Amino acid sequence: MLRTKFSTNNDSFLRRIHCDGPLLFGLLILMAVGLVTIYSAGGQDIDLIQRQITRLGLALAVMLAIAQIPSLVYSKLSLYFYLVGVLMLVAVLAFGVVGKGAQRWLDLGFFRFQPSEILKLAVPMMIAWYISRFNLPPKISHILGGFILVGIPTLLIAKQPDLGTALLIASSGIFGLFLAGMSWRFIIGVAVCASAFTPIMWTFLMKDYQKQRVLTFLNPESDPLGSGYHIIQSQIAIGSGGLNGKGWLQGTQSQLEFLPERHTDFIFAVFSEEFGFWGIVGLLVIYAFIVARGMLIAVNAQDAYSKILAGSITLTFFVYVFVNMGMVSGILPVVGVPLPLISYGGTSMVTLLAGFGILMSISTQKRLLSR
Amino acid sequence: MPTPRIIIKDHTAEANLFARRSVIAMLVIVVMIAIVLTNLHYLQVTRFEDYQTRSNGNRIKVLPVAPNRGLIYDRNGILLAENLPVYSIEVIPEEISDLEETLTELQQLLSLDDDEIDEFNQALKRQRRFKPVTLRNRLTPEEVALFSAHQYQFPGVSVEARLARHYPFGETATHVLGYVAKINKSDLQKLAEAGQEANYAATYDIGKLGIEKYHEELLHGQVGYQEVEVNSRGRIIRTLDFEPPIPGKDLVLNIDINMQIQAQQAFAGERGSVVVIDPRDGGVLVLYSSPSYDPNLFVHGISSKEYNKLLASKDRPLINRATQGQYPPASTVKPLLALLGLEEKLVTVDTKIHDLGKYKLANVERIWRDHNKWGHGWVNVTKAIEVSCDTYFYDLAYRIGIDRISESMNEFGFGDYTGVDLHEEADGLMPSRGIVKAVFNRPWYIGDTINVGIGQSYWTATPIQLTQAITDLANKGRRFIPQIMRGEMQNNQLELEPLKERRPIQMKNEQNWDVVLDAMYGVVNRAGSGRAAFTNTNYTSAGKTGTAQLVAIAQDAKYDASKLSEENRDNAMYVGYAPYDKPQIVLTVVLENAGHGGAQAAPIARIMMDYYFKDQVFPEHKVIDSPPITASSNSTSKPITETD
Repeated sequence: MLRTKFSTNNDSFLRRIHCDGPLLFGLLILMAVGLVTIYSAGGQDIDLIQRQITRLGLALAVMLAIAQIPSLVYSKLSLYFYLVGVLMLVAVLAFGVVGKGAQRWLDLGFFRFQPSEILKLAVPMMIAWYISRFNLPPKISHILGGFILVGIPTLLIAKQPDLGTALLIASSGIFGLFLAGMSWRFIIGVAVCASAFTPIMWTFLMKDYQKQRVLTFLNPESDPLGSGYHIIQSQIAIGSGGLNGKGWLQGTQSQLEFLPERHTDFIFAVFSEEFGFWGIVGLLVIYAFIVARGMLIAVNAQDAYSKILAGSITLTFFVYVFVNMGMVSGILPVVGVPLPLISYGGTSMVTLLAGFGILMSISTQKRLLSR
Repeated sequence: MPTPRIIIKDHTAEANLFARRSVIAMLVIVVMIAIVLTNLHYLQVTRFEDYQTRSNGNRIKVLPVAPNRGLIYDRNGILLAENLPVYSIEVIPEEISDLEETLTELQQLLSLDDDEIDEFNQALKRQRRFKPVTLRNRLTPEEVALFSAHQYQFPGVSVEARLARHYPFGETATHVLGYVAKINKSDLQKLAEAGQEANYAATYDIGKLGIEKYHEELLHGQVGYQEVEVNSRGRIIRTLDFEPPIPGKDLVLNIDINMQIQAQQAFAGERGSVVVIDPRDGGVLVLYSSPSYDPNLFVHGISSKEYNKLLASKDRPLINRATQGQYPPASTVKPLLALLGLEEKLVTVDTKIHDLGKYKLANVERIWRDHNKWGHGWVNVTKAIEVSCDTYFYDLAYRIGIDRISESMNEFGFGDYTGVDLHEEADGLMPSRGIVKAVFNRPWYIGDTINVGIGQSYWTATPIQLTQAITDLANKGRRFIPQIMRGEMQNNQLELEPLKERRPIQMKNEQNWDVVLDAMYGVVNRAGSGRAAFTNTNYTSAGKTGTAQLVAIAQDAKYDASKLSEENRDNAMYVGYAPYDKPQIVLTVVLENAGHGGAQAAPIARIMMDYYFKDQVFPEHKVIDSPPITASSNSTSKPITETD
C-alpha cells in the first residue's frame, strides 16, 4: 500500500479521508433525525442524548477507520473473520451469559459483547469472498456451499435464541448469493421448500414465546392487555399521527408512556405519531437515498468481491428498515430489530456504521487498485 | 469447499449480471417501500379518526366532581346542617422510600393501634401505588396540629380534607332533618332506576331520613366534571377541562330551632312529641319527637353496637313519634265531633243533657262511664267541650252514626297522610264499617260508635294529623298541607315555596265554627280542663285536653295509674292554638303514658306558646263568658235519663 500518495484532481478533504460524501450526508441526516426523535421519546432526557451522541461519535470513528483499509484486505481476512465469529458463537452457547431469556453475550472480563454482531459483517464478507472465487453465475453446488456457510451461523444464533438477528444474517448471506447470480430456478425451489418447512419449524424449532409472538401478530386484539399490547399501542400511536403528525414532543402515546420500548425498537411509532405520514415519507426518502447510493457504489465497484459485499451490506440495511417499520406498524411479527441509526442503542450502531465503512472503502479506494 | 485452480473470469459479463441483479433488487425495494407506505397510509389516513379516538381514550379520563350539598337553615337563618371539613391522614406509597419505617414512626406519633395499621395494609393492596391510602380518618384538631408540626419528616404523607355533613344541634332536630350517610347498595339501585347514577358518581353521602331524604334532589346539586390527561399508569398529568359542579340548593325550613330546643328541654327525654303549625301558611314550626338521638353518629358510619343500642331501646328513639306515632286521639277530637253535631243539626247550643256520669242504651247491657264518676250535671255543647264531658259525646256519636262521623273526620284528614314533606309518616286509622271489616275482619257494633265519640275505639291518629285537623278548625275550614320546607335560597334571597292548600271544609252554618272555637276558648279560659296550665298568659289561647285510654278498664273498676304497668298508662294529650282571635300557632302535645292531658301535656303546650309569644304584646284580655246554661230544659233534643 505504498501508493496512497497517489492523487488525482479529485482530492477533496473527504476523498483524502476515504469518505463517501453523499453517503455520509445521508447518514448524518438520519442521525440528526434520530437524536431529535430520541429526545422526544426518552422524555426529554438530555443524558440519553449525550450517551447517544457519544455512541454515534464512536461509531463514526469506527466507520472512518474501516474506510481507510482497502477492500482487498477485507477480502483476504474474510475467511478468518468468519471462522473467529463462528467459534465465538459456539463459545456463547457453551459459556455465554444469559440476558433477557436468551444466551447472547460473551463476557470477556472487561466487557460483554454479542458475537452475532461480528457475524453481521463476517457472513456477507465470507459469502462475497467464497462466491467471487467462481465464475459467475455460480453453479448449483456452489450455491449450496454458500447456503451451508450462511446456515451454520444462522442456526447457532437462532439457537440462542435471537430470531431477528438470525434472520438478518441469513438474508445478508442470501443477498450475496442472489447478487452473484443465483439461478431463478433455484430461488423458486428454495421458496417452495421454505414454505414446506414452515410447519416443521413451528412444531419442533420454535420456542413458546416465539409462537406467541406470531399468534399475537396475526391477531393483536386477542390479548389487548397482554402480548397484543405493544402492537396495539404502536398502531394507535401511528394511526393517531395522521397526515401531519401531532408535532414534536406532542405525541401523547409516547409522552404519556402508553407506547412500550419508545426510544429503542418502537421509536418509529413515536416518529410516526409526532411527524405523521409526510414525516415518514421524508424519512423513507433518506433511507432510499442511502440504499440507492449503496447500490450505486456496489455497481461501480471494481471487483466481484466488492460488488457483492457492498450490495449485500446495502440490501441488509434496507431489510433492517423494512423489518422494523413492518413490525412496528403491524405487518410483520415483532422481532427485536432496531430502526437503523434512529433507535437508541449500542453495538448494533457500531456494526452498522462499520458496514458503511466498508462501503466507503469500496467507494473511495477502487481507483487506487485498478488503474 | 472446492479449491479451483485457474479461473478465467468474464468481468464484463459478471458486471452486467450484477447490474441486472441490482436493478431487480432496487425494484423489490421500491415494492417493499410501497407496501410499507400503503400500510401506513391505511393507518394514518384511512383509519385516522378511529386511532385518534383510541389515542384520546387512552389519555383522557373524565372524573366526576361532587357538588357541595346545600345547607339547611331554620326560619331565622340559623344553620341546622352544614358541611365541615373532616381531616384524614393519607399516605402515597410511591413517594415513600421505606414504608414500614414510616408507618412505625407514624404509629408512635399518632398512637395508632395495630388494627388501624392492619386496615391500612389491607387497603394498600387494593390501591395503585401512586394513589393515596387513608391511614386515619376524622383526625381531631390536636392530631392535625401534631402531625402538621412533624410533616417535614414524612414526605408522601399528608393531611387531606373532605367535606362531610354536620348537624350542629345534634339530637334537637333529628326527626325533622334526618341525616345523610354513605351511599349503599340499595341507594345505588334506586339511583340507577331514577337515572341518577352519573349525577352521584362522585358523591359520598345521600339523605337517608327526614328532610335530607325528602329534599335530596334539591340538596344534592349537579355533578361537575374534570377532564384530565393521564399517563399509562393512570397518574393525572394535567387538567384539560373543568365543568364545575352546581352546588345543591340551600334550604330554609319553617322550623324555629330555638322553639324546638324549648320542646326538647320540656320533654327532658320523656316519651312523646310536639307539633307546632302556623295556621296562616301550614308551616311546621316545631316537630319534636322525644327521645331523640344524635344524627352525626350516622354520618360517619354508626358502629353496630351503638346502632343496636338505639334499636333495642325501650323508648324507641328511632321512631318519629310526631309523624309515625299512632295514638287514640281521645277527647282532643271532641270539638270536631261537636262541630259535626251542630252542622247536622242534631244539637244546638241550647241542647242540654243531664249527665250523671253514666250512659246507657236501651236494650244494651253495657254502661259507658264518664271520666267524672258523678257526672257533670246539665251540659250543653260548650260545657261538654270545656269539661270534656264523655256522656254528652257518647250520646252525640250514637246519634250521628259512624258513617257520617267517618266521612266528616276524613275531611279533616284523619285516616290519611297529611302530606308533610317527610317520608316517615303513618296514616293512622279512621274507623268505618268497611275499614274495620277489611282490616280487623270484625263487624261494626253500636258500642264502637259510642267509643268513637270520645276518640277511642279503633280510631288512631298521628300528632301531625291531629295538629292539621285542629289547624283546619282554627282556620274555620281553610286547609293547608303541613310544610317543613319554607323555601330555598336563590342568590342570597329567600324564595318561598308556594303555599299548598287543600280544598276547604264548608259549613252550612258558618256560626257553628264559632260555637266550637268558643268552647275551646272556654277550656283554657273558663272553668275548663286546660285552665290550670294557662293562668296569666299575655296572649289568649284555646285548646282541648285529652287522656287516651290504652287498656280497657273493667266495668265499674276505677282507673288507677299506679296499678298499671307504665306502658299501659294513659297518654296525656293537648291540642291548642293561640291567639284565640287571630291564630298564629296550632299545636299538639302528646306525652306517652304520662296520665292526664290537662295536668301533663298542657304545661308543655304553655311552654311552647309562652316562648312563641314572648316578644309580642297583646291588649289586656277579659274572659268572655259563655251563654249560661239554665236548668230548665228547652232543648229540641231528647234528654238522656240515666238509670243507676
